[in-house]
Amino acid sequence: MSKTSRIAFNPDFTLSGVWRVWFRNATVYRRTFKVNILPNFFEPVFYLLSMGVGLGAYVSGVADSYLAWMAPGLLAASAMNGATFEVTYNVFVKTVFARTYDAMLCTPLGVGDIAVGEIAWAVTRAGIYGAAFLAVMAIFGLVHSPIALAAIPVSLLIGFLFAGIGLTFTALNRKIDLYSYYFTLFLTPLFLFSEIFFPLDRLPHALQVLAFFTPLYHAVRLCRFLLLGEDGAAALVSLGWMFVVSLGFFISSLLLMRRRLIQ
Amino acid sequence: MPAIIEARQLTKRFGSLVAVDGIDFTVEAGECFGFLGPNGAGKTSTMRMIYCASPRSSGELRVLGLDPERAPRAIKRELGVVLQEDLLDEALDVEENLVLFGIYHGLGRRVARQRAREALAFFGLEDRARNHILKLSGGMRRRVAVARAMLAEPKILVLDEPTTGLDPQFRHDLWQRLLELRERGITLLLTTHYMEEAERLCDRLVIMDRGRIVATGAPEALVAETVPPAAVEVRAGAEERARIAAELATRFGPPEEYSDRLVYYTKDGDRILAALIEGGYTIRSELVRRTNLEDVFLRKTGRQLTP
Repeated sequence: MSKTSRIAFNPDFTLSGVWRVWFRNATVYRRTFKVNILPNFFEPVFYLLSMGVGLGAYVSGVADSYLAWMAPGLLAASAMNGATFEVTYNVFVKTVFARTYDAMLCTPLGVGDIAVGEIAWAVTRAGIYGAAFLAVMAIFGLVHSPIALAAIPVSLLIGFLFAGIGLTFTALNRKIDLYSYYFTLFLTPLFLFSEIFFPLDRLPHALQVLAFFTPLYHAVRLCRFLLLGEDGAAALVSLGWMFVVSLGFFISSLLLMRRRLIQ
Repeated sequence: MPAIIEARQLTKRFGSLVAVDGIDFTVEAGECFGFLGPNGAGKTSTMRMIYCASPRSSGELRVLGLDPERAPRAIKRELGVVLQEDLLDEALDVEENLVLFGIYHGLGRRVARQRAREALAFFGLEDRARNHILKLSGGMRRRVAVARAMLAEPKILVLDEPTTGLDPQFRHDLWQRLLELRERGITLLLTTHYMEEAERLCDRLVIMDRGRIVATGAPEALVAETVPPAAVEVRAGAEERARIAAELATRFGPPEEYSDRLVYYTKDGDRILAALIEGGYTIRSELVRRTNLEDVFLRKTGRQLTP
């Protein structure tokens, strides 16, 4: 390395820079708003009908109704998916194919503005997904207390967590095909084994321990607490877990995106 | 004239590859300064360091008196950059591309919209405002890219290969607009591998080859000090070329020999041509022309600028 300072190539970001990157994504999203927003409502309806109402009729022993027990977990998964798509395929395309960031970097925007702006946008999408899911739950009669509204800010936190994880992966990923590994080997097991569909005490002890170290598990516990009022102490632990881990991935995504975009 | 960009021993390495090899140059405010050279000469790498997209490996660089590695935001506020590939935002239409770039530069939305309309008018794009980027021709895209770069009223407009891939009509059109911008006092910085473009636009330029600067100066002065005013080009079969070269060498001095032709630099092209016709050689074609930057590049590097 040379003696020259590298200060300016650190992933520093400014709020105005982050807002500008966010605004660009919002502008694109707004153009297709009506087309984009509908799937956010369809998906929860389908899940709640098939898993909750359909499958739930054969399940007993978890709560008053399987539908009510399972729905908060699906809300968490929905927020996860909303953030993930933005920071995986979308950011990859903008980095490699459209080279949107190379154009942005010719303006006063810096790498930090871009990385944090994309995370902020992913968080926004997670919030939209979470809020839509909550609205559908209300229609299904699954919302009983105003505390449930806290699921929207929690969706933002879930979005922040998975945006950091996804963007870290994207910054390291050189081939778009490798996302199928991210989705099938990481997100799918999370979806199936994070206590969304069944309590983990049916699984071997090692897997229960492992679950504690996975992100969606904590998101599910937190959402379930907000909607069903179960186990506040565990929810608090999960909240802290999510804060710490999401901060770690936030930092790693910034550092790695800087390495990816500056040569 | 004050220096607006200064480079001393500026170097860029990618691993073991030295893309820019210790170059020195000074750009003065208000001039059009060019980097002429073939692909791979290090022109784009130099530009990327200037517009703060790439940290230098060693040497010194000051843009508007500031260090690109310490004050990139302050520098980039005063720069408009047109990239080789345009890199317009294909998710947005023409006007949105302009407005968003204004916003990236810190303009308010209303000001950005106002400026976007003015820029569209200046570049003859009013009726394209709502067009999708993918529907534009290459020349239109380039105009949008230049309009976009001008939106924040930069002090320096940086253009990387501004007319590469454009048809001649668009090329001349863009040159005209760039000259108008220079009239307004904007410093233009451009890379090109078109000799004609460099001659038409640049007040001063550097000729780059393999990461180094091989010549610096005003285009006419560079030509005048490097080569005689005329060049005689002769195309003929290989054997005939050898005989012509031998005769020229004994009577006037050795010509430059290339795979398909001889080039002889002289003050008096007609005299050489007359001698060749007298000699009764079988010549496929011959011409006398004014020497240009292409010849300067040939003389300095022994290779052709445009293969």
